[in-house]
Formats: sequence, C-alpha cells, structure tokens
Amino acid sequence: MAKYLFLKHYRGAPAAVNDVPMDQWTPEEVEAHIRYMNDFAARLEGTGEFVDGQALSPDGMWVRYDGEGKPAVTDGPFAETKDLVAGWMVIDVDTQERAIELAAELSAAPGAGGKPIHEWLEVRPFLSAPPMVTE
Amino acid sequence: VTLDDAELRELVPQVLSALVRRGADFATAEDAVQEALIRSVSAWEQDPPRDPKGWLVTVAWRAFLDLARSDTARRDREVRVDAEPTTGAVPSADDTLHLYFLCAHPDLTPSSAVALTLRAVGGLTTRQIAQAYLVPESTMAQRISRAKRTVAGSGLHRPGDVGTVMRVLYLIFNEGYSGDIDLAAEAIRLTRQLASSIDDPEVHALLALMLLHHARRRSRTGPDGSLVPLVDQDRSLWDGHLIAEGVVVLQAALARDRLGEYQAQAAIAALHADAPSVEETDWVQIVEWYDELLRLADSPIVRLNRAVAVGEADGPAAGLTALEDVAEGIPRRDAVAAHLHEKNGELELAARLYADAARNAPNLAERDHQVRQAARLNQVLRRQDGESGPRSGDAAPR
Repeated sequence: MAKYLFLKHYRGAPAAVNDVPMDQWTPEEVEAHIRYMNDFAARLEGTGEFVDGQALSPDGMWVRYDGEGKPAVTDGPFAETKDLVAGWMVIDVDTQERAIELAAELSAAPGAGGKPIHEWLEVRPFLSAPPMVTE
Repeated sequence: VTLDDAELRELVPQVLSALVRRGADFATAEDAVQEALIRSVSAWEQDPPRDPKGWLVTVAWRAFLDLARSDTARRDREVRVDAEPTTGAVPSADDTLHLYFLCAHPDLTPSSAVALTLRAVGGLTTRQIAQAYLVPESTMAQRISRAKRTVAGSGLHRPGDVGTVMRVLYLIFNEGYSGDIDLAAEAIRLTRQLASSIDDPEVHALLALMLLHHARRRSRTGPDGSLVPLVDQDRSLWDGHLIAEGVVVLQAALARDRLGEYQAQAAIAALHADAPSVEETDWVQIVEWYDELLRLADSPIVRLNRAVAVGEADGPAAGLTALEDVAEGIPRRDAVAAHLHEKNGELELAARLYADAARNAPNLAERDHQVRQAARLNQVLRRQDGESGPRSGDAAPR
C-alpha cells in the first residue's frame, strides 16, 4: 500500500476547464457538488482507502523565527498572486494508477451547468519508512 | 447487577473520591480507577458483582497500591496508606464536587481541563476522549498525564472556582458530538450532577441553557449534515420534555434574584424554545435580555447576536445600526450583515457579503450554507435583470 496526498488549490493551480466561482452556480448545482464530494469520501471509507481529509481556511500567514528573544516574523494574509491550498485528502492505495484514477474522479465533481469542473489536483506520493527487506 | 455505561460512569468520581479520601494522591488514584474500569469489562462479563461500586473501590485500591509501590520516586509519600479499605464506603457529594474543582484548576489550559474532567469526573476512557476530539490516543494520554502533573505540582489546595468549572462544562457541551461519545449529553450529565450538589443559580441556569439547546438539536442539521437556520427548523422536532425541564430549572434560578450571564443566555434560549415560529418570537424581550447580557458580560459575540435580534424586533435598518458596534473580522459578522442587508432589500450587497461569509466561515457546514445563500441570491438577481452567465465574484469551490 502507498499513501498519496491530494491537494486542492484555491489559487495557483492551472485554471479548471469549467472555471466559474461557486457563488455563481445555481443552488441545485451547489447541492449536487456538495453531495458528490460527501459521497466520494464516504465511498473511499467503504473501500478502505480513505485516511484523512481536511479543508483549510483561506486565511493564513507565513511565519519565521527571528532570533533569540525576538517575536516571530509574520507575513500575511497571503498576497493574491500566491499559491493557496484549499484542502487535502490522504488516501492509501495499492498502485499509482489507482491514485490517479481517484484524483480524476474527484476532479470530475460537478460544477456550473452540472458539468464536471475538470479541476487540476496536485497528487503527491508520501515518502514511506524503509522496508524490512532491502536486498 | 448489570450496569449500563452511564451508570458505570457515574460511579467513577465516587470511586476516585473514595481513594483520595483514603490518602491516595489524585494522579495515581486516577490511573488506578482507569485500570479498575478496564478490568471490570472482562471480569463483570463472567461474574457481575452484587456491589459494583464496592468492587471498583477494592480493585482500584489494589491497583493504586501496585502503582504506588512500583513508582520508587513516590514510595515515601504514598505507601503510608497500605491498609485495605473497607468496601462500600460512600463518599459524600462534597468529595465529587471537589473533583470538579480540581479538574478546573486555574493552572490548566482549557483543553487540559476538558480532558481531565471527562476522564476523572466523566469516567470516559482516554481512547473515547481522543476519538471525540479527533486526536491520536497517545496525544490525549499525554495531555491528561501532563494535566495531572500540573494539578499535583501546584497543590490540591488551590482548586478552580465555579466559574471555571462552568466554562469547562460549557466547552464540552459546545463540542457537540463526533464518534461514539455524545459530548453534549455527557456535559448535561456532568452539569446535572454538579447542580445537585451546589447551590448556585448560575450552575442551574447553565443546566437549563444546555437542556434548551439540546432540545433543538435534531432540527439543526439536515439528513446530509447541512446546517438548518432557525427560520427553517422543523419545530415539531424540538424535544418538548427537555424544553419543559429547562424552563422549570431556569425559572427556579431566576427566582433567586441573583442574575448572571448564564441565566440571561438561558432566558434567551427559553424565549426561542417557547415560540411557534420566528415571526411569533418575542424579539423585543430577547433584545432586552441581550442588553442585560451586555451589561453582565460584554463580548463581540453577544453584540453580534444582539444585532440579529434588533433586526427582527425593530427592522433590518435598526439591526444594521446595532451591527456598527461589532468590530470587523468577528467570525460570522459578514453572515449577519448579509442577512440584514438582504432583509433591507440590498440584494447585490447581500450576495457579495454571503460570498465573503463563505470565505471566512469557521467550519464546513457554515461555509456550505453561506455558499448556498450566495448562489440563491445571485440566481434571484440574474432572473431580475434577465442576464445569464457568470457575474464577478470569487467564492472558490470547496
């Protein structure tokens, strides 16, 4: 089994095919999207492939240590041009093909006009612990 | 005798008090009671005891002695108590009460006080508490043992005040429920127990407040977990028995004529619970209670909720004026502003504010709700001016 991180971006990813802000969809389209997302996570729990998922607030900042006895340096809120992660999901699957298949399914969530958003998702394999047998 | 889970948990603070009264230190005694609880699961399945509490005291006491003896650093302090206690000793209500205060020790952080209260007074296992707060069990175990060290290190003679105990119970209640443990129900059980042994109208009012909110719980979320606002709640789902109990408890507290913030909050909850609909709610009296609450405990949240009530009592323009007293950046301020502007007929502004509220929402259910509101208003606006196609706006899909 291998773990993969799916990252969804508020900003910074290439534009989706069906790129309409959510508050411009019809209420029915919003409902359909929320239902699709809930069903997706529930189905992965059912197949034993879901590990965790969280949504992140767009508010955030950069923080850096600035030396002994000094307050930390903070920079934020994020500039409009910066990459911004909206949420993540961790899955545990047998193959990379399966990870890609699931990410594509998530990207097909319905948006404006009830059509798939075709949103770009970032898929990152975890670096795992070294195996018992190495030779 | 077979006990259900709740009955068993009620014995926990009594057993713990019995050990502490016999000279056991709080931290070790608390571990010993957990050990006895874990052993009871398999032992009672085979052979349920006639006196469950006596059994727990005996087993916990032996576990305490083992723990104390194995800990050489503590030996000198603790082995002075190695006589077998007589079983079935009944600790007084004051002993249990002392545990509440100990767990709300002023040196503890809120999250530590919550965890310690749930374990030492609530009788929950570390695993159950960890599941309820969605953290790993080892993290919760560390949090609890650090909390116990803090309490032990600062002496048992400076326990928290009743205000801190109430804040801890209210925090537990507000967490709602996730996993197997219904934290709101647990908070009610603990508050009920506290109210039975302390003569303070604020404690009784806290119990009333919890009962009145709990009564409305089933109507608050849809089958898919979505948030249902007060105006759309199916009031036939409200629990009439809990409401009746809450009102009786509150009235008795108010009759004491020592007003406090929990009484004011419970009074507001009672006025909502009493109304057949939002329109038929006594908003004027609710505003009066918010004024009282502001006097007792001014906070941005109280001001925000007051603005909503003023909007209902005196119209949206008055509500918007009241909203000027709420600082920008307060959670849910955009949502309230959107609602008031919509009622005031300013639909485009309201739609923009709903989208802002979605972006700033503190949780997913709230975010989804505000996106729905923005989508609903934008659809109305598109129909009004006959346009089709997207407008400006940037609420991201989730």
